[in-house]
Amino acid sequence: MRTFNPEGHTAHAFDVELNDVKHKVMTMGGLVESMVHNGLEALLAMDENLGLQVMEDDHKANQFELDIDEDCTRILARRQPAASDLRLVLTIIKTISDLERIGDEAEKLGRIGVKLSSKSNVPTYYKDLHHLGEHVKGMLRDALDAFTRMDVEAAFHTAARDEAIDKEYSNFSRLLISHMMENPANVSHALDVSWCARSLERIADHACNICEYVIYLVEGQDIRHANLDEMRKKLL
Amino acid sequence: MNKENTVPALDLEQEAPTEQTIEEIVASLGDTVGETRVENPKMSVSNVDVFYADKQAIFGVDLDIANNEVISMIGPSGCGKSTLLRCLNRMNDTIPICRVTGDITLDGEGIYSKGTDPVLLRARVGMVFQKPNPFPKSIYENVAYGPRLHGLNRNKADLDDIVVNSLRKAGIYEEVKNRLDDAGTSLSGGQQQRLCIARTIACSPEVILMDEPCSALDPIATAKIEELIDELRENYAIAIVTHSMQQAARVSQRTAYFHLGKLVEVGDTDTIFTNPRHELTENYITGRFG
Repeated sequence: MRTFNPEGHTAHAFDVELNDVKHKVMTMGGLVESMVHNGLEALLAMDENLGLQVMEDDHKANQFELDIDEDCTRILARRQPAASDLRLVLTIIKTISDLERIGDEAEKLGRIGVKLSSKSNVPTYYKDLHHLGEHVKGMLRDALDAFTRMDVEAAFHTAARDEAIDKEYSNFSRLLISHMMENPANVSHALDVSWCARSLERIADHACNICEYVIYLVEGQDIRHANLDEMRKKLL
Repeated sequence: MNKENTVPALDLEQEAPTEQTIEEIVASLGDTVGETRVENPKMSVSNVDVFYADKQAIFGVDLDIANNEVISMIGPSGCGKSTLLRCLNRMNDTIPICRVTGDITLDGEGIYSKGTDPVLLRARVGMVFQKPNPFPKSIYENVAYGPRLHGLNRNKADLDDIVVNSLRKAGIYEEVKNRLDDAGTSLSGGQQQRLCIARTIACSPEVILMDEPCSALDPIATAKIEELIDELRENYAIAIVTHSMQQAARVSQRTAYFHLGKLVEVGDTDTIFTNPRHELTENYITGRFG
């Protein structure tokens, strides 16, 4: 297995630029992770303030994406990075795009939380999202850890969990269909829950993408659309 | 006394660090990473060592140069890339203390074998140097000199054709067609370098060696030469030594990385610049030396 170290350039300023941008990505990751946590919490607790907070944070996540993109453009123009430096910049550009979309999904959860806060007789379906939500939060946390530590093994391990989440989402959808048939009056709530479950499932997909970028960064192998087990055996 | 300015006492008990010799360091680099051989090579370098007196400058290099391909040789100063390039048309013959061992072949025939005439070899394997070095003659004579020397023309009309065609191929004809009698040295640096390339082409070479051909040129002249290199690839095998990694990435199909006289890694340029396999290659192309 290869290692990755963004430091040690003869031009020390290049080390600083790469480390700065990497830190910004980590900060953005932390923000987005807290957005997912708060979005889910706002939804389950029907907490208006927390929901509004997530919607506010989405603007910050968008701004992070713009700033980091600009930093990367400047690095490409000034340094013409090659090899692992080039892969780092490309990985960052892709990662922040996924992080921004995770932020959008979290914002949707928060928005529905705000909507629910003013309603009465809300069915209990929303509570059923708790388990899926925890699962997705764990996967996102581990994907961001793998990015921070540039840990290929952790990235493989985390990416592999996407399948279980897809299965849980599909089971959850079946459960919702039976709820809708049993109680047609709550179909509109059931549809909202379905959208929330879909958002969580998408967050896991984005986390999986981030893991794939980490593997590309460290190993130089693009494993997207490849068989995860086979690639793991080949690289580790 | 300011404590910071005191010199620490020598610790005589401490063992002096054992200095590795170049040979030991080179041995520790291991085998060349990547495929050194190609199908139907134009030139083939096998187990070549080069010495300047007692000092070894190249260590057991194997490398093929293919037809219709640009191969770039990169590496820090003193890594032996220019030395190896100069071996390919026996330019090192002019240095008395230089000794070359191993095999270098052109179309399968040894260029260091007794029957090889180095003058004829240099017509087949032409060279373009770092600094444009036109002869102190007219533009026409600069290009006509080689073909005349090698008897490539039957008459003046033939020679005119060779001169015009060579200047055309070197992408400079349109700029000089009305002043072929002007001195070669009256041209700008970039034009002089293209004139030197025309001079090389005029001898109908099969291989063109370029030793940092753009290092003395501005970006526009550099872009013109790079464009030209890409066009010349259709008809020649080209080996280029360059300190500009972006240039290597732009113009070559294969890249060879040298370190301390050893060929460390060779491979597709695309792979070398996105995902090199040897740590030293990675360090060099990402600017992590020194």
